[in-house]
Amino acid sequence: MPPTLAPDGAATANGFLLVLAIVLPVAGVLLSFALAGRHAERIALVLMPAGLGVAVAIFTGVWRAGRPLLYIMGGWDPPLGLALRADGLSAAMLLTTAVVICAAGLFARAEFRAPRPGQPEARAPFVFWGFLLAVWAALNAVFLGNDLFNLYVALEILTFGAVPLVCLDGRAETLAAALRYLLFALLGSVLYLLGTALLYGAYGTLDIVLLSGRVRADAATLVAAALMTVGLLAKTALFPLHLWLPPAHAGAPAAASAVLSALVVKGSFFLIVRLWFDVMPGLLSQMAAQVLAALGAAAILFGSVLALRQARLKLLIAYSTVAQIGYLFLMFPLAAGGGSAAFGSVGAWTGGMLQAISHAFAKAAMFMAAGLITRALGHDRIAGLAGIGRTLPMTVFAFGLGGLSLMGVPPSGGFVAKWLLLTAAIDRGQWWWALVIVAGGMFTGGYVFRVLAPALTGPNDPLTLCAPVERHREALVLALALLSVLLGLLPLASFGILQIGRLNIPTGVLR
Amino acid sequence: MTLALAIDAGLAVLVLAVATWTIAVRKTFAAVVGFVSYGLLLALVWVRLLAVDVALTEAAIGSGVTGVLLLAAAARLRPTEKGAAAEQPGAALCFVTAILSAVVSAGLAALVLLPTNPAPTLAQAAVANLPATGLGNSVTAVLLAYRAWDTLLEKVVLVLALLGVWSLAPDALWGGRPGPRYPAQRDGALVFLAQLLPPVGIVVGIYMLWVGANEPGGAFQGSTILAAMWILVVMAGLGDAPPVGRRWLRLVLVAGPMVFLAVGLSGFAIAEAFLAYPVGYAKPLIILIEVPLTLSIAATLGLLVAGPPERAE
Amino acid sequence: MSAATVFGLCGAALVGLGLYGLVVHSEPLRKILAFNLLGGGVFLLFGVIARRGAAAGLGGDPVPQALIITGIVVAFSATALAVALVLRLFQETGRATLRSDAPVGARVTDTDS
Repeated sequence: MPPTLAPDGAATANGFLLVLAIVLPVAGVLLSFALAGRHAERIALVLMPAGLGVAVAIFTGVWRAGRPLLYIMGGWDPPLGLALRADGLSAAMLLTTAVVICAAGLFARAEFRAPRPGQPEARAPFVFWGFLLAVWAALNAVFLGNDLFNLYVALEILTFGAVPLVCLDGRAETLAAALRYLLFALLGSVLYLLGTALLYGAYGTLDIVLLSGRVRADAATLVAAALMTVGLLAKTALFPLHLWLPPAHAGAPAAASAVLSALVVKGSFFLIVRLWFDVMPGLLSQMAAQVLAALGAAAILFGSVLALRQARLKLLIAYSTVAQIGYLFLMFPLAAGGGSAAFGSVGAWTGGMLQAISHAFAKAAMFMAAGLITRALGHDRIAGLAGIGRTLPMTVFAFGLGGLSLMGVPPSGGFVAKWLLLTAAIDRGQWWWALVIVAGGMFTGGYVFRVLAPALTGPNDPLTLCAPVERHREALVLALALLSVLLGLLPLASFGILQIGRLNIPTGVLR
Repeated sequence: MTLALAIDAGLAVLVLAVATWTIAVRKTFAAVVGFVSYGLLLALVWVRLLAVDVALTEAAIGSGVTGVLLLAAAARLRPTEKGAAAEQPGAALCFVTAILSAVVSAGLAALVLLPTNPAPTLAQAAVANLPATGLGNSVTAVLLAYRAWDTLLEKVVLVLALLGVWSLAPDALWGGRPGPRYPAQRDGALVFLAQLLPPVGIVVGIYMLWVGANEPGGAFQGSTILAAMWILVVMAGLGDAPPVGRRWLRLVLVAGPMVFLAVGLSGFAIAEAFLAYPVGYAKPLIILIEVPLTLSIAATLGLLVAGPPERAE
Repeated sequence: MSAATVFGLCGAALVGLGLYGLVVHSEPLRKILAFNLLGGGVFLLFGVIARRGAAAGLGGDPVPQALIITGIVVAFSATALAVALVLRLFQETGRATLRSDAPVGARVTDTDS
């Protein structure tokens, strides 16, 4: 066999968990396709705790070992074969994904009930559970994949799983939104594939660990990296390629919107981080990083201003996603390079990833809360929200908690993330990003307040509801929102797990 | 300049001319016809690049099945062409996009003209490990042994695309028959071909699957021919698409990936890793995977062309 | 100049053509056609890399060739899904264009989802 990977060495004993993390949801999709549609929900409900257990096992495995987990597929070592690799960041994203998907699945049970035996198979539940599992499998494959082409196939599974969820209700607006999403996503995939081809042409391997050792700053590599980044930006909906996101995320059913905003856009963002911080860390020029962060700042500004102008709750939350994605890109000029600002760079990197994780919990909670409010009131007009806080206190409280995390109010995960980015910006002397973060926080407060104010005030008599809202669903939403707050209570040192297995922690100066 | 190079250059110019026409022509139907001919020319290009497996796949899937799909769609969308013709893109957008595309093309052309020397390659490693797989075709070895995980995930992509297409059906028609009912014709070229070709096509498809172990061919190419024969029969009105709710159809569609996954999982027990083959049993296991995989892919491709259910059972 | 280089230049031009068509055309079906051209150009570039990696008695590096085959199948799946969406949109609205929905940021006054 060809020599093994460096620098992690041979495959680890519990590497089979990495295979299980992807194979379990895939088997779920295939099984629910084969059996009659009413089994789809049952299969999903069995797989959710199993998948959560695997994610927890991988997380504790990486934490205890202090090294990444590795698995070689088929026994063929890279570069000829493929490997799966779980470093600290993968483990954290796996766990976040498992928790949010389990919550979304439990939340959606009331809407996508399987038909009784004897009744014909229904379209919506069968399709929903199948694609929920597919999105889970795809996200795990993205977080664990160690080969750039394998990641391309995983991204395609993610797109094909997410797009039909957008148009699940079959209305013309959601069909148009799904088509636009698909076209943007396909453009992104094909640009990513082009970059992958160029990288293979330059280095003869697509394995991330091997590439990180071989990469050098020549024309082919830079062109490939630029193309891949543009493609992944289209999938992550960074300004100005964000046009597809608001109608798509607002048009999907509530549980699906939660998964789309919280997790699906983070998949392509994760790959951008992998590309620039693991595969080619020394190649990110200061100017390119400033451009990325400038686009992020524009996203924060545009997203927040547009969120303030929305009339519908779900569209407001979707524009909020556009804005919060902008924060993620502020980490690039602050985390790249090292030297004297080494702590700042690690802090900024941690801040960026923590923003991704706490936003996942907060946004999922907010979309699910919007789903409950829509079910209760029969509409999601912000103008008609008066007094809903009295009728659905847990839901509105959860929405508020999520909003606080997005604003960056302590104690919350969002606060720690933004504080880390803020201090890194000041350490680096790039004070303009600190201004952007503070301004973004104020804008976020504006649109969160726009929803909370009518919800918490209004008529004293209880509203007549369109449909009852189950308590357990409200509790689920509250639990997710609490998670995004609890992240902020963890000691800062515990985020050290995110650093496990990082390749080439930069020590040189920026190019 | 040798004759071969002149032919290659001529072929490349022809491909670009047809592609430009496909982009520039006004009528969508004409553009699709142009696309199909572009695909066939591209298959010739692949042969010139000594990638015969890719040429077969491009001719079968890239221009064959895709062409049928797009032609059927263009025919159904003909009523919209008048409205769309009125919506011309703005001159500013055209100009900026043209500049951007030209820059990207120029950059890629520069990279093509300045290749890495020596060109990195995995050919030696692929050939060196062939005996362990029992195969003679190195591309099949990459697809079903070295990078089998990619192929398994790709099969999941196909299943998901099909489920996505089906999900677009209205609730009332869920589980129904996909596509329109083509009228059964008594005579004509289409019926003649649909009666003559399928037996030949099935034999050719199975042969292509079998021979793919050692020569160019394989599961994807063979299954596309099988799917094409089925599409031909349905379009001539000699048969009808089955309702998508049928249990046997669902089982046929997932049999391929499920057997693939099962063999992969058995690798934990009988071989050294997931998707590994025990020594000496690689070729039989690969055949075991390929046969249901061909059936599944053929059914999936045919149903993807047929579209979402449009008629109740 | 070898055959591989000639076809590589052809691929580079196809990428530009496909990109242009994808952005400029307003009809979704034309966008899908342009996407397929773009994909074809990317595969050609990959194929040129495979040809240049010819060694060990083979005409080309088999790994990129296998990746191209996977890519062709994935591109077809994408085309099928996109075409089904376009046809469904046409059935629902009688039009097959993306330009007719409400512009970004407008005050949408119709009720619930």
